[in-house]
Amino acid sequence: MSAYILRRLLYAIPILIGVNLLTFVLFFVVNSPDDMARMHLGEKRVTAEAVAAWKADHGYDRPMLYNAEAEGLGRLTETIFFDKSVRLFVFDFGSSDDGRDIGRDIAQRMWPSLAIALPVLLVGLAFNISYALFIVFFRATYVDLASVVLLVTMMSISGLFYIIGGQFLLGKLFQLVPISGYDSGLAGLKFLVLPVIVGVIGGIGAGTRWYRTLFLEEIGRDYVRTARAKGLGERLVLFRHVLRNALIPILTGVVVVLPLLFMGSLITESFFAIPGLGSYTIDAISNQDFAIVRSMVFLGAVLYILGLILTDISYTLADPRVRLQ
Amino acid sequence: MPMVDKAARWRVLWRGIRVVSVMSLLIAGLVACDDRPWNDPYPRDTATSNTLYSSFGERPKHLDPARSYTVNENTFIAQIYEPPLQYHFLHRPYQLIPLALAEMPRVRFYDAAGEPLPDDAPAAAIARSEYELHVRPGTRYQPHPALARDAEGAPRYLDLEPGALAGIDTLGDFAEHGTRELVAADFAYQIKRLAAPWLHSPINGVMGEHILGFAALGERLEAADPEQARARVALLRDTEFEGVEVLDRYRLRITLEGKYPQFSYWLAMPFFAPMPWEAEAFYAQPGMRERNLMLDWYPVGTGPYMLTENNPNLRMVLERNPNFHGERYPDSGMPGDRAAGILDDAGAPLPFIDRVVYSLEKESIPRWNKFLQGYYDFSGISSDAFDQAVRVDASGRPMLTETLEARGVELMTAVEPTIFFMGFNMLDPVIGGEGQRARLLRRAISIAVDMEEFISIFLNGRGVVAQSPLPPGIFGHRTGEAGINPFVYRWEAGRAVRRSLDEARTLMVQAGYPGGRDRDTGRALTLNYEAVATGPDDRARLNWLRKQFAKLGIELVIRSTDYNRFQDKIRNGTGQIFFWGWNADYPDPENFLFLLYGPNGRVEHQGENSVNYTNPEFDRLFERMRNLEDGPERQALIDRMVEIARTDAPWIWGFHPRAFSLYHRWYHNAYPNQMANNTLKYRRIDPALRAELRRAWNQPVLWPLGAAAAVLLALLLPAWWLVRRRERSRAL
Repeated sequence: MSAYILRRLLYAIPILIGVNLLTFVLFFVVNSPDDMARMHLGEKRVTAEAVAAWKADHGYDRPMLYNAEAEGLGRLTETIFFDKSVRLFVFDFGSSDDGRDIGRDIAQRMWPSLAIALPVLLVGLAFNISYALFIVFFRATYVDLASVVLLVTMMSISGLFYIIGGQFLLGKLFQLVPISGYDSGLAGLKFLVLPVIVGVIGGIGAGTRWYRTLFLEEIGRDYVRTARAKGLGERLVLFRHVLRNALIPILTGVVVVLPLLFMGSLITESFFAIPGLGSYTIDAISNQDFAIVRSMVFLGAVLYILGLILTDISYTLADPRVRLQ
Repeated sequence: MPMVDKAARWRVLWRGIRVVSVMSLLIAGLVACDDRPWNDPYPRDTATSNTLYSSFGERPKHLDPARSYTVNENTFIAQIYEPPLQYHFLHRPYQLIPLALAEMPRVRFYDAAGEPLPDDAPAAAIARSEYELHVRPGTRYQPHPALARDAEGAPRYLDLEPGALAGIDTLGDFAEHGTRELVAADFAYQIKRLAAPWLHSPINGVMGEHILGFAALGERLEAADPEQARARVALLRDTEFEGVEVLDRYRLRITLEGKYPQFSYWLAMPFFAPMPWEAEAFYAQPGMRERNLMLDWYPVGTGPYMLTENNPNLRMVLERNPNFHGERYPDSGMPGDRAAGILDDAGAPLPFIDRVVYSLEKESIPRWNKFLQGYYDFSGISSDAFDQAVRVDASGRPMLTETLEARGVELMTAVEPTIFFMGFNMLDPVIGGEGQRARLLRRAISIAVDMEEFISIFLNGRGVVAQSPLPPGIFGHRTGEAGINPFVYRWEAGRAVRRSLDEARTLMVQAGYPGGRDRDTGRALTLNYEAVATGPDDRARLNWLRKQFAKLGIELVIRSTDYNRFQDKIRNGTGQIFFWGWNADYPDPENFLFLLYGPNGRVEHQGENSVNYTNPEFDRLFERMRNLEDGPERQALIDRMVEIARTDAPWIWGFHPRAFSLYHRWYHNAYPNQMANNTLKYRRIDPALRAELRRAWNQPVLWPLGAAAAVLLALLLPAWWLVRRRERSRAL
């Protein structure tokens, strides 16, 4: 397994270079270094000299990808792309364009993201699996039909609706929880209630339908028929056999998102004023802060690759027949 | 066996019921004991504290006074830093008074030979102006580790050993905080910082045009090693330049080239606030930047407040500066102020409020709802919430809705010193230029684009139609019949009435575009509008705009692009028609009329004249006007300049926005002052009343919890019964 993991890690390097290159190209198609300078220097009384000085100060006065004036390897290394990318591979994210240390900001902001994302994942998982098993228990009945209609309806509603609706009902109308905000420690619990409820409800439609499909696929298999033929009750069949055998696709879905929980949610964090990494990314995009954007994309790619490796490993734990070679 | 199973099951069920009952009683008991609202986002012990609550939507980029230039940054730093001057809180027209100074600057003029000139000397004769600033003795900085000293009097934290910052994350983690007296050299140091190329001060360029030797100083400072932050501080301290001279501990002289009366206004901005060199030296030490400990994030000032918590991702907290020199609430204002209660606090020591908490609130809906719940003390009104907040009476006067009136909320409106206009690129061969044909076309369009309708539809009436570049409240602005733009309006029955479309069509005929067709070529006239359109609201606005041009038979093509490309078009002069705005730096007509001054053209000179308008007579008059004191001569020049601009019509004059602000009844001394940013010190609140009203407004509604539990039970019990029945049923 160690060799497999090592190989996967090595495969990650060209992927990360590709992701970084793609981010670089996409960002600079929309924003030029001049645009970035003007964004940071402000709208009023900005001179060409000030723009040039800002670019020189922040290392954006070099060629983008290829420096024709340099010699040898310098043609590639004396460029904005190389200068801004190479340190990422040792997880040195550097400073944002306004001078703040990105690594420190990320370390601070990933916890609020996690504080929302983890309960949403766990509570959502428990609820969705339970509900899906319940539907499967009553498959091909009116309970099944009504549930599917309900789930499709819930899937069709925008996540924003749940957020605004939740804030209106629980925060404004019933006045049970703060509408928005965040705090650390125990004082922060009251701020988590609403975003977690909204996150769980918002995920019921898609999540439960997905698990229902998985369970229905399993429930028609021979081993289930055998279990029933042995006289096992339906509950035991579902929990002991169907659920266990459906674990692999469930694990695939869950483990792969585990590392990404740190990355936060753009809209939820914005509406609930959660100082997480989701709002950090969206702020960076609107402020044209390339240093943060590339760091967050890079980190997201690393975490995604990590999630995929963890998924592979979890297969072997869930199903002894799977071997990583 | 089955009997045993059944008994065990009942025991489990009974235990569960007991647990649920005890927990319910516990929760009910807690609710009964604590009448504090459940939705209160603030800590329990702050309910009746003298704390003001507000929000910010976008984290400030800079808190360094040399760099900060936006309103959301000034919200914070204007309470912390004290520039030499400030605007009187109540007097109108806006009046400058000393803030960090003991008295107003003494201004002296000299000719090219260095001989003194009288105050009324013509601007052309003045070779240099000297501003002598007398700093108020006894002013002390806020407590700060950079100013801490050890027993021998040496700086405590200015020469830290490597590793000394272990465990330090914020300024509060330093054990000792010190202070020292404000001296004239701190102003000199800050002015040199404005010239430092590494700080990218936005006013570097404009000050380079006026302060003697400022531009040369910038060039000298370029030699500083970018890797040696502490060496830069030393260089700034040691470098002398002719534009600024420290006369003694409390006196400073600033020398300007020629005459520049607007310089006094710059002295009221945080750019000129004093900076202790120790602060920069402190932050320049290794390890500080890696901990985000920077002057750009942790200000050091002499003002009424200091920043004690700086987490721009969540919350920023200002607290009363214990070393504040003291200031009194003004004892004079405008007629009617005393009757309105604005002078009730006359002579009282400032500031009134101990602590101010700004919470990050990016979205308007939660911000508005928290204001309604009393968790923010004041609020603006977003478009979404306008109908909930304001209704317009029969005479067009804005009033609060009954709901807000019942809560005791108060509405305050004020026209902002800002203009939004539709600009015609004067370099464009069709719509621009000095030719009569293009001029008539621009005037026709000015009539057709109905700005009253625009304000009504898209701004909920929150704006005043502009008749010239000068907003109300700025010297030179005229009201009544004398103030209307005669090319677009006529004066009828005591009010301005927009000229008819027939008149606009006649102008089109005179311009050679009858019915919107070019008389020479017979082709339909097509114009391009440069837009930065992103949402559905923009689409409605653009459709409206198309219809305005269509009234004259003109086809308006919307060229929508992203903001960066839009800016490029304006910079390169490739746009044709666009929307633009300007917010005053200071309340002087020069700050608006310079938007039409030829040598300020955007394409040729990178200036703020975005339409690249040029008129030799206008430019000549501007050069005379900008150096005059307010008075009849200046008014006459402004009248003529406005007339020229109206005749040439490089802009559709657009509108001046009207700010609507809401205040809860416990919030006092709300008074519109559009120029001053340091007004927090004048505000007063009644925390006891606020706590009482918050409690009354935010009692939790508990029945939905019971209803939700009942619904859940109603769903689960039949389901449980169904499951059981199904499991026990026999196969057929």
